[in-house]
Amino acid sequence: MTVPTPPTTRGALERREARLAWSLLLPTITIVSLVIILPLLAIFWISFKPVGLADLRPVAPVIRESLRERSGEIVIEYRVRNSSQQKEIVGMGFTDTLHDGVTLGTLPEPCSVDGRLLRCAFGDVEGGFNERIRIPVTLDGDPDVLEEIVEGTEPAGFGSGDNILTNSEFTLDNFARIFDGDEFWAVLWATTFYTVFGTIGALVVGLFAALLLNKSFRGKGVLRGLYLFPYVSPIIAVAFTWVTLLDPFSGSLNALLIQMGVTDSPINFFGQRPLALIMVTVFEIWRYFPLSFLFILARMQSIDTDMYEAADMDGASPFQKFWYLSLPMLLGILSVLFLLRFIWTFNKFDDIFLLTGGNAGTRTLTVNVYEQAFAISNIGAGAAAAVVIFATLLLFSFFFFKYISQEEGL
Amino acid sequence: MNLLRQGAVTGAVIGLFWAFVMAITVSVTLSFASGLGFRPGSLGCLILGIGGGLAAIYVRDARLVIGGFVLLCVALMFTPLSPILFGEGVPVLWQVMAALSFGVFTIWPLKVMLVEAHPGALSRHAFEDAVIRFLTGFGYIVFTAVVLIPFYVMVMTSLKSQQALLRNPLDFSIELSRGWDLFRSYSELFGQFNFGSYLWTSFYVSVLTVLITLLFSVPGAYAVARLRFRGRAAFSRSILLIYMVPMIVLALPIYIAFSMTGLRNTIPGLLMIYPVTTIPVALYMLQGYFRGLPGEVEEAGLMDGLSRLQVIWKITLPLSLPAMVSVSLYVFMIAWNEFLLAFMLLDDPSKFTLTRGVAMLNSSEIPRQHLMAGAVIATIPIMALFLGLERFMTKGLTAGSVKG
Repeated sequence: MTVPTPPTTRGALERREARLAWSLLLPTITIVSLVIILPLLAIFWISFKPVGLADLRPVAPVIRESLRERSGEIVIEYRVRNSSQQKEIVGMGFTDTLHDGVTLGTLPEPCSVDGRLLRCAFGDVEGGFNERIRIPVTLDGDPDVLEEIVEGTEPAGFGSGDNILTNSEFTLDNFARIFDGDEFWAVLWATTFYTVFGTIGALVVGLFAALLLNKSFRGKGVLRGLYLFPYVSPIIAVAFTWVTLLDPFSGSLNALLIQMGVTDSPINFFGQRPLALIMVTVFEIWRYFPLSFLFILARMQSIDTDMYEAADMDGASPFQKFWYLSLPMLLGILSVLFLLRFIWTFNKFDDIFLLTGGNAGTRTLTVNVYEQAFAISNIGAGAAAAVVIFATLLLFSFFFFKYISQEEGL
Repeated sequence: MNLLRQGAVTGAVIGLFWAFVMAITVSVTLSFASGLGFRPGSLGCLILGIGGGLAAIYVRDARLVIGGFVLLCVALMFTPLSPILFGEGVPVLWQVMAALSFGVFTIWPLKVMLVEAHPGALSRHAFEDAVIRFLTGFGYIVFTAVVLIPFYVMVMTSLKSQQALLRNPLDFSIELSRGWDLFRSYSELFGQFNFGSYLWTSFYVSVLTVLITLLFSVPGAYAVARLRFRGRAAFSRSILLIYMVPMIVLALPIYIAFSMTGLRNTIPGLLMIYPVTTIPVALYMLQGYFRGLPGEVEEAGLMDGLSRLQVIWKITLPLSLPAMVSVSLYVFMIAWNEFLLAFMLLDDPSKFTLTRGVAMLNSSEIPRQHLMAGAVIATIPIMALFLGLERFMTKGLTAGSVKG
């Protein structure tokens, strides 16, 4: 008699199910790799490249054509120019189709005519190349009409420039620039302060808000909705409102503080160290406490009330109940929230960018990416900063999966 | 600690704190409402707070305590001992109102907070209850003020004129005499700044983002939740991992690629990126929900000869309609509020989304009230959705807020 054993190979049904699963996932996988994985790889590539913002426009010949009269004779004038001031173009030139009614005179040296096709070739030209080609012509017809026709068509340029993004020139300068002494430490400090205090602050404030609303009373729904406002509204609206409210010249808060006698002269909240960093952290807490509030409240309401009744019987005081009963029950959700919010605060860019633009000691790693790439126009250095962020995140997510995945049920 | 738990000391300390809280609250509220000068008076708060706390403990008759306290506040109004001090030119009517509201809102809650307190040593329970009631009241005021003030300022500033704003930044009173002119910033935004078109762009971009996201994430979520295949665990982990990648890291290569292919400044370009930022969240939320659905119904469908796709379409989707609403709202909110990509990828004012349009208003040449009016226009639709469908929205926020 054979002992029944579980199948060791995959059956037809199982394989069909797996095939179906992958085909359902295929669209997602494709689009996600196109828009997320590919750019991630690109950023590693770019971070080793000396690329500036100006290099994004490819080097190409620029040709302008005009028909004009010059010392008695009519000429077609081509202005030919290299779009880059530095880089050379290999085999540059242009072609143009001649119109009926236009007959060319003597051709200058680089040009030749084949049927109705004019072709001028300049060979390899240096950066900053700029030349005029004048060809005398005789016109057969109304000059004004012909001028429109001639200038209405574009000559086609050719020649290839070296593309910095695809050539084999690599450099470590970008990373050297990112890890450059004092600036790097300042950025790291701002990031750490913002992330740690923003996360903890939002958690603690959210916990308080949840404690406030963890009882039933009339108007509770309204308050709960109200406390979610900062999180739900567009970042751009609330950030600009804060900027307006705290403006040193026309801001209401400064006017209020002066009237109350707290300060004599207006305070520049977002413009001076170290206040600016504290204020962006306060903003972060203000905007994201609703999230922790929502989670903590949901968890609180699922705690069994029997426990509290038992504690009441034993004569526990309210603070004892909070400290010995509620807090331990909330520890799980608090740690999940801490890790998630930590990562998301670390990733935050919009808030600081809109509030201070990274000035006054508020430049975090994410703002540094923008600052390097667009303000200083050094795309390579921006990419290097992005790589640093990504590496740090990988480290975080290692911890995340180590400690959180069981709780999240994944 | 023992000293603090003496009824009189507890009452005095809580009374003192509460009087200061109320003095500040009343001053700020009235200042913001009228633009006139109100500020808390320390000496008055000190005396009235301690006195009120003690009175709440020692005097049994609630009506006597409340009445006496309020009368005292009004009487002290014109002396330097007033709990609220007035700037130049505050009308007497406002002064009386300030003193009255301070009196009522100080002593009445104090009486409630100290209801279990009595002269002599308090039990730990009574003491902590009083402290907690104080903290609760304090919490309600602080949270409500902190949340409401920015929104109040946003709306009111948008209704002011430039001169009025510069004259007194604290004056948020509405000049009803201006009539329809109050909404001048709005009409200028819609008339001269093309905000109608931004609103429409934002709307259809968000709706299309929701549709595309669902199209991709529903089959994916179903596969992860229901079907068995190798690499399932790895796949659901990588979903989580992917939405931890910050947008700014991706924005740079996307900017480069779009610059080179000419997709920058196009709405289709934006529509290629937005859904991808939301698909992982949506997939994660939906697979959680699909797992909670009873599998038996689907198996019955399979037995009756439906294919898997028909099962999804005819059984799973109708059953998960509430979850779909939550996910759609959440994705809509993300797309509507999105700023970074719109800011980097759109330069052409004719193609701006609303957030990009508001960002454009942040310049020194454009008056502040226009910026605030733009902020209001961007906020109102999402607020209306939120308030109207709060139940779904809150569920979406809780399920999806792994993303921040």
